[in-house]
Amino acid sequence: MEALKLQPVITAFTVFGIFVCVLLTYYALLNLFKSFPRIRSKKDKEAIAAEDADVHHHVDTYTGEPNIKLFWWVFLASDCMFFGSLITAYLIYKGQSLVGPYPLDVFDMELTTISTFILLLSSFFMVLTLSSIQKGDLGKFRFWCFATFLCGLTFLGFQVYEFEHFIHEGLRLKTNLFGSTFYLLTGTHGVHVAIGVLWLLGMFIYSFWGGITKERAIEVEIAGLYWHFVDVVWIVIFSVIYLMELPIGG
Amino acid sequence: MSGHSHKLALPKFLSFLKNRPTKENGLVSWLTTVDHKRIGILYLYTSFFFLFVGGIEALFVRSQLSANDLEIFVGSTYNQLVTMHATTMIFLAIMPLAAAFFNFMIPLQIGARDVAFPRLNAFSYFMYLAGGIVLNASWFMGGASDAGWFAYAPLTSATYSPTHGVDFWILGLILTGISSTVAAINFIVTIINMRAPGMTLMKMPVFSWMAFVTAFLLAFALPVITIALIILFMDRNYGTTFFQTAAGGDPILWQHLFWVFGHPEVYIIVLPAFGIVSEIIPVFSRKPLFGYKLVVLSGAAIGFMGFTVWSHHMFTVGMGPIVNSAFSITTAAIAIPTGVKIFNWILTLWNGKIKFSVPMMYSTALVFLFMVGGFSGLMHGAAASDFQQHDTYFVVAHFHYTILGGGLFGFLAGTVYWLPKFFGKIMDEERGRKIFWWIFISFNLTFFPMHFLGTSGMPRRIYTYSSDMEWTALNGFITLASFVLGIALLVFFIEVIKAVKSKNKASADPWDARTLEWSIPSPPPVYNFADLPKIEKIDEFWESKVSNKPIKTLPRDPHGIHMPGKSWMPLITSIGLLIASFGAVYESDLRYIGLGIFLLAYYGWALEGEAEYYLPYPKKGKK
Repeated sequence: MEALKLQPVITAFTVFGIFVCVLLTYYALLNLFKSFPRIRSKKDKEAIAAEDADVHHHVDTYTGEPNIKLFWWVFLASDCMFFGSLITAYLIYKGQSLVGPYPLDVFDMELTTISTFILLLSSFFMVLTLSSIQKGDLGKFRFWCFATFLCGLTFLGFQVYEFEHFIHEGLRLKTNLFGSTFYLLTGTHGVHVAIGVLWLLGMFIYSFWGGITKERAIEVEIAGLYWHFVDVVWIVIFSVIYLMELPIGG
Repeated sequence: MSGHSHKLALPKFLSFLKNRPTKENGLVSWLTTVDHKRIGILYLYTSFFFLFVGGIEALFVRSQLSANDLEIFVGSTYNQLVTMHATTMIFLAIMPLAAAFFNFMIPLQIGARDVAFPRLNAFSYFMYLAGGIVLNASWFMGGASDAGWFAYAPLTSATYSPTHGVDFWILGLILTGISSTVAAINFIVTIINMRAPGMTLMKMPVFSWMAFVTAFLLAFALPVITIALIILFMDRNYGTTFFQTAAGGDPILWQHLFWVFGHPEVYIIVLPAFGIVSEIIPVFSRKPLFGYKLVVLSGAAIGFMGFTVWSHHMFTVGMGPIVNSAFSITTAAIAIPTGVKIFNWILTLWNGKIKFSVPMMYSTALVFLFMVGGFSGLMHGAAASDFQQHDTYFVVAHFHYTILGGGLFGFLAGTVYWLPKFFGKIMDEERGRKIFWWIFISFNLTFFPMHFLGTSGMPRRIYTYSSDMEWTALNGFITLASFVLGIALLVFFIEVIKAVKSKNKASADPWDARTLEWSIPSPPPVYNFADLPKIEKIDEFWESKVSNKPIKTLPRDPHGIHMPGKSWMPLITSIGLLIASFGAVYESDLRYIGLGIFLLAYYGWALEGEAEYYLPYPKKGKK
């Protein structure tokens, strides 16, 4: 098992950490200049208050949270049970396959680590997408939205490549329990990512039709909510399927 | 986000999406409706229909068992009848019956104009209908599923169930599952976000509370069965081996996944009925509900604990004494919050000025019948005792007492109680009483003797027995009683339809009731509340009647009454998924066509937006 080392994983996460830190610092510096308390004239204040009132006037729900946001929170909670059942099935059948190939025969840790990194990176881009539309910056919104879309697409590309590679190695859906549970779990996640990618592309196109505005940033926010959820689920799946195979301490 | 007005941003080739259907009457208006009241009525009628279908299946089963060595429905046909009777009753009759009341009553009880997502609500109904069509289509396309309603592996494998029956069953349940999940999330958001100002959660009517708990149960339990069904479908059609022992799989996984869903399902059926009874008993006892907070909290406790008892369906599987003991204890524990409810109802009746109108008769009958079912449940909740009772008619008696006695009786009570609100008509009191006694007596005559059959060893699901088992007399008696019950129920529904067609106009508040839905006309106008209420107390409407002060209202919106726009999209998306399901069963290209239709309509749904229009307010003073 000498092919499997923790090193690439640690390297990837370190690189990711550094990258995030750099971007966050850059972003913080950028905002620092904007957020200095400005002395506003009375007129300005009135205008801002009027704008606030206009935005909040229509949100007439009991909690003040928009319905659609609540919908997605509850849906994602329900989706947790969906993935929970799949992960349970995977864990129950872990090591129960009667014939190979077994996980370590086919996994390419470096490759999956890179695709994981890209998916996590896309979450960061999603934050920037939302933040730019909340500020009303449509240009930036399009840029980051497309970047997120590309990351998602790249992740899917990696997954397709990985599946092709596994099939080439002789691991099919019906080969053994590992194949069945692996393809079902990662495939379901892949479908979630694909839906997210379509959603991002839809928002990107919709922004050219004038459908994405500062006032409707909530529509981007819920897409972000979904996207982050899909990423978090991948972290769990990556840990359960891939990282647990690493011969740590054993 | 009701009231959020935004213009549609659409390119020219999509501008046709701006033309929303506006018909107020006729078939088109029902197919495009987003009105929660109309959707509630659709649910009500459709579930009555499936109740009828499931009832016929039950009577077929009973005919076969009426005497020893009969050969009316034998072998697979009999198994199909048993399977489809259970599946139809649970997924297509009782659950949607609860959904009918949820739809109609939740917005009225919490003082809202509609549910949070009106189009999604219509989608839920059409998906339920699609599920019902897929499930029952199997009868005409090579036979229904014959693997029992909990479809234990490996009986459902392609080897032992070679027809498409199980495939239809899987897809039908997935469709109804989508319907229920979406509806549940819709109700959760509605209850959290659409309550009238001032109506804190602890001032909400108990029925809405139980609906709230049920919705959470649905949202968390259904994904599990969906996964189980998908896995099963893959085992049958794509060669995986999840439940095949020969390849290292484990059939017990199915049982766990199924019952993790299946036990909360029991409370999904019963809690709405408990909610209805908790509304009716105070009204007809002329007293507030005793221990409102305890009733609510015990309902929530039942919801939580419902997820901790599933393995008591599997005591005889061989999970070992520790697991069995643990689940015996949780099962005994869940009887406590249920008992709390029973005591609260009894104490509500205590010293009340009880008026035995028809809804009250069904409600008190429920308290009694559910106790019978609950006690037998405790008996096989003890693992050692369950080894004797498992898979016998004792269990059949038990769950009919809980699901019919605890569920259906509540819904019958609700039907009579809320019929004035649904249709503006009231049922004939005298005939209603007579029908009640026929139903109540024949119900007990049908199901109580099953306890005896079970204890004398008759297994469930056998299609025949020999005369020397000495089960013939009781079985014949049960069959006779079951036919009486069937006819009594049929008469009940005919009576409902007669009442709807009759001229017995009901007043806005015929029962002198307590909750908000009675403060508006029967049937309610399309916008429900002309002036949205402001709530200060529990039973605000009752308080306003006692103190003779009108309920405080919110200021009127200068634009008019905000209404959600009708839409074709819920229907078209559902048709897409219906076609895709048939395609999936036969592995034909239909599934891609179906998914294509679904996807197109889905984008149409997203792009057409929530659309809204405004109705003028009625004149003040005149409701």
